[in-house]
Amino acid sequence: MFPSRFDYVAATSVDEAIAAKGDGGDETRILAGGQSLLPMMKIRLANPSKLVDINGIPGLDVLERVNGHLRVGALVRHADMVASDLTFGAVESAAPWISDPLVRNRGTVCGSVSHCDPEGDWNSVLLATGADVVARGPSGERVIPIGDFVVDLFTNALNEDEMVTEIRIPVPSGRSGGAYLKLERKVGDYATVAVAAHLELGGGGVITKAGLALTSVAPHNLKVTDAEAALVGEMPSEALFAEAGELAAAASSPRDDVRGTAEWKRQVVRTFARRALATAAASAG
Amino acid sequence: MTKVDDTTHMTTPPEIGGIGHRVRRHEDARFIEGQGNYLDDIVLPGMLHMAIVRSPVAHARITGIDTTAASEVEGVVAVVTGELMDQHGLAWMPTLSGDTQAVLATDKVRYQGQEVAAVIATDPAIAVDAAELVEVDYDILPAITTPQQALAPGAVLIRDEKEGQTDNRVYDWEAGDKAATDAAFAAADRVVSLSTFYPRSHPAPLETCGAIADVNSVTGQATIYMTSQAPHAHRTLFAMVTGLPEQNIRIISPDLGGGFGNKVPIYPGYVVATAASLLIGRPVKWIETRSENLISTGFARDYYMTGELAVTNEGKILGLRVQMLSDQGAFYADAQPTKFKAGLFHVVTGSYDYPAAHVVCSGAYTNKAPGGVAYRCSFRITEASFLIERLVQTAAYELGIDPAEMRFKNFIQPEQFPYHTPTGFVYDSGDYPTALRKALDEVGYDQLRAEQVAARAEGRLMGIGIAHFTEAVGAGPSHTYDIAGLKMFDSAELRVHPTGKAILKLGVMSQGQGHETTFAQIVAEELGIPVTDVKVMEGDTDNTPYGLGTYASRSTPVAGAATAMVSRQLAEKAKRIAAHLLEAAPEDIELKAGELFVKGTPARSVTIQDVSLAAYTNMPDGMEHGLEGVHYYDPPNLTYPYGSYIVVVEVDPETGVWKVERMVALDDCGVRINPMIVEGQIHGGLTEGFAMSSMQWITFDDDGNCIGSNFMDYLIPTAWETPRFELLETCVPSPHHPIGAKGVGESATVGSPAAYVNAVIDALAHLGVRNIDMPLLPDRVWSAIQSAQG
Amino acid sequence: MEVTVTVNGSDQTHDIEPRVLLIDFIRTRVGLTGSHIGCDTSNCGACTVLFDGKPVKSCTVLAVQADGHAVTTVEGLKSNGTLHPIQAAFKEEHGLQCGFCTPGMMLVGAALIEANTEPSVDDVRWAISGNLCRCTGYMNIVTAIQTAAATGEG
Ligand SMILES: Cc1cc2nc3c(=O)[nH]c(=O)nc-3n(C[C@H](O)[C@H](O)[C@H](O)COP(=O)(O)OP(=O)(O)OC[C@H]3O[C@@H](n4cnc5c(N)ncnc54)[C@H](O)[C@@H]3O)c2cc1C
Ligand code: FES
Ligand code: FES
Repeated sequence: MFPSRFDYVAATSVDEAIAAKGDGGDETRILAGGQSLLPMMKIRLANPSKLVDINGIPGLDVLERVNGHLRVGALVRHADMVASDLTFGAVESAAPWISDPLVRNRGTVCGSVSHCDPEGDWNSVLLATGADVVARGPSGERVIPIGDFVVDLFTNALNEDEMVTEIRIPVPSGRSGGAYLKLERKVGDYATVAVAAHLELGGGGVITKAGLALTSVAPHNLKVTDAEAALVGEMPSEALFAEAGELAAAASSPRDDVRGTAEWKRQVVRTFARRALATAAASAG
Repeated sequence: MTKVDDTTHMTTPPEIGGIGHRVRRHEDARFIEGQGNYLDDIVLPGMLHMAIVRSPVAHARITGIDTTAASEVEGVVAVVTGELMDQHGLAWMPTLSGDTQAVLATDKVRYQGQEVAAVIATDPAIAVDAAELVEVDYDILPAITTPQQALAPGAVLIRDEKEGQTDNRVYDWEAGDKAATDAAFAAADRVVSLSTFYPRSHPAPLETCGAIADVNSVTGQATIYMTSQAPHAHRTLFAMVTGLPEQNIRIISPDLGGGFGNKVPIYPGYVVATAASLLIGRPVKWIETRSENLISTGFARDYYMTGELAVTNEGKILGLRVQMLSDQGAFYADAQPTKFKAGLFHVVTGSYDYPAAHVVCSGAYTNKAPGGVAYRCSFRITEASFLIERLVQTAAYELGIDPAEMRFKNFIQPEQFPYHTPTGFVYDSGDYPTALRKALDEVGYDQLRAEQVAARAEGRLMGIGIAHFTEAVGAGPSHTYDIAGLKMFDSAELRVHPTGKAILKLGVMSQGQGHETTFAQIVAEELGIPVTDVKVMEGDTDNTPYGLGTYASRSTPVAGAATAMVSRQLAEKAKRIAAHLLEAAPEDIELKAGELFVKGTPARSVTIQDVSLAAYTNMPDGMEHGLEGVHYYDPPNLTYPYGSYIVVVEVDPETGVWKVERMVALDDCGVRINPMIVEGQIHGGLTEGFAMSSMQWITFDDDGNCIGSNFMDYLIPTAWETPRFELLETCVPSPHHPIGAKGVGESATVGSPAAYVNAVIDALAHLGVRNIDMPLLPDRVWSAIQSAQG
Repeated sequence: MEVTVTVNGSDQTHDIEPRVLLIDFIRTRVGLTGSHIGCDTSNCGACTVLFDGKPVKSCTVLAVQADGHAVTTVEGLKSNGTLHPIQAAFKEEHGLQCGFCTPGMMLVGAALIEANTEPSVDDVRWAISGNLCRCTGYMNIVTAIQTAAATGEG
């Protein structure tokens, strides 16, 4: 419960934060909600030499719909997402299942996205909805599609002197629906298996866009592209969703651990993908 | 549910608040304002802080310890190793089960998390910084992680330092009658068997363990603040371990943030902190982290059990055979009565009437933490109750008899009490059929069975689980029960002050059970002193009479009885004083709700307050002054609370996830002193039963690494997962307890795991599933369905 | 670093290392020991305080992050000598046993009933699901929070 010693900078602007981060190099970390970083530091699994606290930077708490996107600033907390009526589909469905109510009051969406924990929930939601990550560095801003941002286990595509300033989630204009189904052992536990599903329907109800992504069953959050391809252009049906479930199960690579066997986890992927898609279709109306 | 006072046994008005009243708890006043005084809240002048260096591996020879770098950290006062402890004869200490345990390892480490060295520093963060710098060289040895491996031929010897120990066997023990049991099995139509593993669990009170040792180098006075459920026993054991004179040791157990058995043993940290304080001459504080708590202090369960029931085709049980193998960890440190190597596990015959049983137990050393504490359980009764209730349920399926019916066919009948069980217990009282009937009626059993048929037809899996447990709590009697030689009596000292207010001092120790209220109610009941005028004091060995402490649900049966007895002793004296004041004969005085009056003329009366004043101001010649007394109570028998629990679950066939739809719990713990507190205890126990059946366990990988070493992996249910409970009661008082009470603090933990598991198994029984080991993780449930469906 | 945290309405200025956690600051620098430590992995909620009015785990916030912010602990629930309704209700409904989780539970409850004056059983169970209790089985905690909400004084 006593982190190692470190230096602390309370940044008051993004520029200041990226400058401080750039100076410190590898051992410097951005401190957002602190709900992943501080727990690791308390048990000395992480020992950064410097923390750059972004909580005092004005404007980063932006949560709004602009130009067909939901903008989620770097200081938007999970609880803000739960409370907001700007969310939709899988985003709305996932928010209450992130950690627990106390952690949700501190932890940020962007912090979770940056952390790239394969057991983190948000990245699956962003993969399913096709969101972008906005990063700022000394040379300005770049927009990184979430699929490129998530590189690997605890590894994102940021340069050392960059930070995430916001996330942009496209808001569908037509009929759409989504769901996030999470199997957790108890509140506050990371997902044993979770599935994010996002569907957009065109005239006559045919699926025009499909997103399906998985949590905790691969080295990183996994977008199931074959399933998405199989869904697009089809009419929603139990059989179609069952097929997508099979594809999702096949794409996953879970491991045996205390939470359960790989075989069973694959079965949960299969079941939850089917159910999440059915819920998404039903909510698309 | 409307809450009513238990009027059946109520003799006092609410202003007095004796037995049966839902008196709001006295202790709450400080807790709701954040004014509790837990161990970590205590700060002494000049206090130092200790951090312990622990073994990262399960089994290894220590080839070197280098403390140089740690010692050089600014703020570090001392680094203590086993070698230093050894110089003072303190490298090893006795356990509560007659074994020895390393305080700081000198030769080998025998489990992951074992204590190897300790750093004492001026600041707790510095102690942790420096502890990271202690370098220990280990020569890794093969780790033994199951008792089966431990007892296999050629297994590496874990306790090689122990003279005469040639294998990893800890004990062999048996109870019952083998010949009679063999005969019963020979006469049986069928034999039904079940093998199941009750996994390792941990009490994990929300407050971890800790101590502040303050040894005064001038006076030799050692004041040790300690998270102790048994301060008096700990003082004596401390005196024996350290050689300090017992009158110089004062153990103070402050407010405890839960205990559940975890705070019964003496841990190496306490001993090292005391030794360090002695050597340095300043107070030393040691507070466990949660992971230290989970990896190194008293675990519970870890029993591999096989039971066989001899039955007739009609469902009559003829006999029981049980084989049990326990995983004791690296040191045999069960906190349990000396004579019984497997605690009271032989109560495994349960609530049923049959003539023969034979129980064979063995224990083995493994490379795991020692402990074997009675986690919300009276010495291994949890395991026993689980096995018999699972076994009876299995027999019902095998015989095609309804599980409730199976129990009715075999229950001990009310007129059979006192009932002598085939393993030597004498159950005091009970009416099992009435209890189960009432619970079945409440849950709507017949209708549920009909719904189950309909659900199955739709492909849904619904299950109804029953458990009817009988517990044996409240040890002594002292002729049979002792801990490390100390007889299991308990005591109460009552002093009534001149103004009629009283202080009650006890040898037991509350950890949340509400002693300050419940025991005051007993005094209120017996003497008529208003409950708010009675202060209860525990946990300071200099200021309370000797007692064995609080665990195994023994406070009400033993210290509660002592309280009633000492109150009665004072009531007798009060009558004699009243006789003097009223100029009547003592035998003509009656005491009722605080009024002492002459039989037949209630107008001639004085109050208990008048009498109290007189005891100090106006005593008859020849009578001793004061109104004070002490009573040491040695119970004539254990008490045997029981209950009928029914759980209804729905299982998702596609994922194995199950959910409790209903949990109806009927408890009979005899007379309820404070029904509100009793219900609270039951709620807590039902939750821990749910935890163990669904998610809470500690396991190990093949190298002996502990999985379950923090609250991310050791899962404690939150309010969201925890079922809602519906409570019921019956009341058959204990015939030998002065107020007819039985213990209740642990009943629900003991009884409920089988009910939850039986419910899930019941949902799958038609598929042929008979067993899934706890915890019933969804993957296990799903796999069971898969294999049953072929 | 010198920080000033407003704890229960009073400014507390201390010179601390950045690594000091808020819980440690409150317990050992300010000297208020009603907030507890029950784990080292941010899972138990025994350390819950209100941070600018919202319940957070004070073991997972640095004290330096609280500089210029307002923190309420259990010691700050009572006002003008009167118990907060949540405190009275915890006693009345037997919402506590050992008392170790109680400060955290009460603070979460107080924040909940401020926002929701008629919480359902599920609302309460959801709200307290970041706080562990080992003793009570939560039944009476839920009732206590509902009782406090019903007083309308939250
Ligand atoms: C008990 C508990 C349970 C939890 N359960 C879940 C769960 O079920 N599902 C889940 O998804 N999460 C869970 N979490 C994690 C939680 O959601 C965190 O809030 C989240 O993962 C990280 O967000 P944060 O703002 O707290 O980030 P921090 O902890 O502050 O930072 C995390 C990492 O991201 C980096 N970082 C943060 N912000 C930025 C930025 N803007 N730009 C660049 N880098 C940045 C940091 O340097 C650090 O490396 C849980 C946490 C706890 C303590
Ligand atoms: S101490 Fe457990 S969450 Fe803070
Ligand atoms: S009352 Fe003991 S942990 Fe909640």
